[in-house]
Amino acid sequence: MSTPMVRAEGVRKHFGKLEVLKGIDLTVERGQVCCLLGPSGSGKSTFLRCINHLERIDGGRLAVDGQLVGYRRQGDKLHELREREVAERRRDIGMVFQRFNLFPHMTAVENVMEAPVKVGSVPKAEAREQAQELLTRVGLGDRAHHYPAQLSGGQQQRVAIARALAMRPKLMLFDEPTSALDPELVGDVLDVMRQLAADGMTMVVVTHEIGFAREVGDTAVFMDEGVVVEAGDPRRVLVDPEQERTRAFLSKVL
Amino acid sequence: MAGTTKVPQSSTATDQLPAGELDIVPVRNYARWIAAVASVLALVGLVGSLAKNDNLHWDVVGEYLFADLIFDGLATTLWLTAAAMLLGLALGTLIAVMRLSSSPVLYGLANAFVWVFRGTPLLVQIIFWGYAAALYKYVKIGIPFTDVTFFQAETNSLLTPAIAALLALGLNEAAYASEIVRAGIQSVDPGQAEAAHSLGMRPALTMRRIVLPQAMRVIIPPMGNETINMLKMTALVSVISAHDLMSNIQDVYAQNYQVIPMLVVASIWYLALVTLLSVPQAWLERRYGRGTTRAAHVSPLRRLLGGTMERLGKNSKEQNR
Repeated sequence: MSTPMVRAEGVRKHFGKLEVLKGIDLTVERGQVCCLLGPSGSGKSTFLRCINHLERIDGGRLAVDGQLVGYRRQGDKLHELREREVAERRRDIGMVFQRFNLFPHMTAVENVMEAPVKVGSVPKAEAREQAQELLTRVGLGDRAHHYPAQLSGGQQQRVAIARALAMRPKLMLFDEPTSALDPELVGDVLDVMRQLAADGMTMVVVTHEIGFAREVGDTAVFMDEGVVVEAGDPRRVLVDPEQERTRAFLSKVL
Repeated sequence: MAGTTKVPQSSTATDQLPAGELDIVPVRNYARWIAAVASVLALVGLVGSLAKNDNLHWDVVGEYLFADLIFDGLATTLWLTAAAMLLGLALGTLIAVMRLSSSPVLYGLANAFVWVFRGTPLLVQIIFWGYAAALYKYVKIGIPFTDVTFFQAETNSLLTPAIAALLALGLNEAAYASEIVRAGIQSVDPGQAEAAHSLGMRPALTMRRIVLPQAMRVIIPPMGNETINMLKMTALVSVISAHDLMSNIQDVYAQNYQVIPMLVVASIWYLALVTLLSVPQAWLERRYGRGTTRAAHVSPLRRLLGGTMERLGKNSKEQNR
């Protein structure tokens, strides 16, 4: 069996005295879609941010594609990575944020080109062509020269997905990608994510979209108060959960 | 106007929308008109009394307004302003980034710099740099406690009045600029840096490509203010006779005792330069305002006339159709 894309063992994280993650164990295999669900404050977004080192973990082990996040192993010593090395590792991990975080001073196509040109040293013309292709793929080929402020929330989020894909990541992280959207715009974004999953992308998705998790997810992980309460096949966890807490959460959301 | 149906007032019930097109009467700003007339009269009176005042010696003003000596001073004032602002902005940005750095050494150094250069009067700093030779007769760069010297020169030959003025103004400006730049950087949503980091961009690249361009929108208006201030503060360097506009003006009235007319000459030029400075500022604000929508500029005349002009414009457009 090949190395899993994400492997977490007893991951801990605290902000001051507040313990946000109390030992998370989780494995995401290649090509799988893992959906993290749970009430707000359950630590699911924090865990997602730990995966690409936007937050630093305080305990346990966390590895992406067999490499420890934030450390380099030499013999039996772990060396903390320098900023340059952290940045290099992040290239392979795409991230999509709840509030899109598009660069407002750049057009859609410039947003998508920025990292390939400045980080990946792709020639400008080539990067522009690829960016245009990616925008077409998310259904926004005709919006390439619009600034983010001129796009709807759903369009902005699709540009953000294209921007993350431009670095050809092997893993995509989604942090509540549809939570800031008007209900009628959610569908377009979920369609793009569904297509991405069908193309075989490994994805970790923090979401409140139970329907999406049930339909697209290979695993569903229910978290509460910094621990994994229940994990497994979404068609079981999200339909007929074993744990009372999961059942209580689902009855509120559905 | 043939197509306009005028609905009689009586037939318009309160809960019913009027059927046809009605004429709109914009708000009449009578108070504005009265205030405008009163202000114009007061201004005419003031200008008239100044024009007729013999103590002002307009002939002297006219004689010196375009004198070579004044143009020499203007040139110095202009390059001093530009160079000091460039030095201030470059160093200020560096200090702002240092103050936001996680390194305690950089943070401490930056804080100390701002503390000293913002905490002492500019006039003191200018005189200090002007008389620095009294503190160190020679400038020597080498390895301390050894005889190894890479560079040595007499302080007075390096620190000419112009260079001393530039250092004093530039370093003082850097302290203020650093606070403006820091506020600008902190005004940018942290999610922007996170998004850049998640794309694999390193902190320096993130600062240069993502954070600073967005911070510029917040930085430019106060920096425009600083530039205008700087233009006027260059007058202070006359105390070390750096041959700026004010130094030369002082030289003249020290000889001909025409203090007021010469100050009028200075004021005219400072006002003219400040007016010119607003042009690049407006351009920069538009440049860095890309991607943000803002209301179109409405001229004061248009605001005085209220909705009238808009209606006129609309009618003429309709006629053109």
